[in-house]
Amino acid sequence: MLNSSREERFSIVTTIVNILIIVLISTGVLFSAVTALGLVRLPDVYTRTHAASKSSTLGVLAILFGTFLHFWLVEGIFNTQMVIAIVFLFITAPVGGHLIGRAAYISGIKVADETVRDDLGPAVKKKKKRFASKKPADE
Amino acid sequence: MSSQILLNFFLAFIWMFMTVSFTPAGFAIGFLVGLAIIILMRRFFSGRLYLTRVWAVLSLTALFLKELVLSSVQVLRIVLRPRMDIKPAIFEMETELKRDWEITLLASLITLTPGTLVVGISDDQTRLYIHALDFKDIDEAVSSIKNTFERAISEVSRP
Repeated sequence: MLNSSREERFSIVTTIVNILIIVLISTGVLFSAVTALGLVRLPDVYTRTHAASKSSTLGVLAILFGTFLHFWLVEGIFNTQMVIAIVFLFITAPVGGHLIGRAAYISGIKVADETVRDDLGPAVKKKKKRFASKKPADE
Repeated sequence: MSSQILLNFFLAFIWMFMTVSFTPAGFAIGFLVGLAIIILMRRFFSGRLYLTRVWAVLSLTALFLKELVLSSVQVLRIVLRPRMDIKPAIFEMETELKRDWEITLLASLITLTPGTLVVGISDDQTRLYIHALDFKDIDEAVSSIKNTFERAISEVSRP
């Protein structure tokens, strides 16, 4: 489209495509910035994981999709690696968030003072006690 | 379910051999003809017609995308609020899903829903421990998860 002729650069389709790309990439940048701000402002590791696992996923997805659309519709290159990257991020980001939260909880990191209810604490304590009482018997 | 898809591909290849047209268009026509044959003969298969499950997977993906956008907007509103008056909490939720991949999928979906993050799964895989970012009403959160995600996942895994 860009290479063809000077008049076509200002056609309606090109305008719509460019607006779409700009909106996608700026949404991605906005959400990435919010992730960084959330990592600074939120009180403990669990609430920070919320910001890191959701907003950043959507931010990176929007940036990747905008780049994919730019290279496909403006430059004429259909790059499937972008699509694969989007799918991989979608699968791995929530698992990463879960593992960070779980590892933090089991290694005994305290939740923030604002926390009103904690059901996991008794469960982990019970399991640790059972593990400790069982271990000498096994050896 | 997978045997139906395999059979459909097989019928498409037979169509290509019968019409001697080894092109993508020939394959597509053969696939559609094979699909029509499978729909006509669906009472010989034990499971459901595989198209209904494909549709369930597609609607689950749409749900996933919608929830991701909603949760990001919620996190954005919480982070940008001048006074941070959030009340985090960890609550447990019973699940009826049994198989490993269903529970993994449910955990990923919950992690990407507004304000919830899975921090633990009990050893017998019947309870999920969920960290909520802004705690208002546990029953409401549990019932919304149950009604949307569990139902969508069990719709996919139903035989």
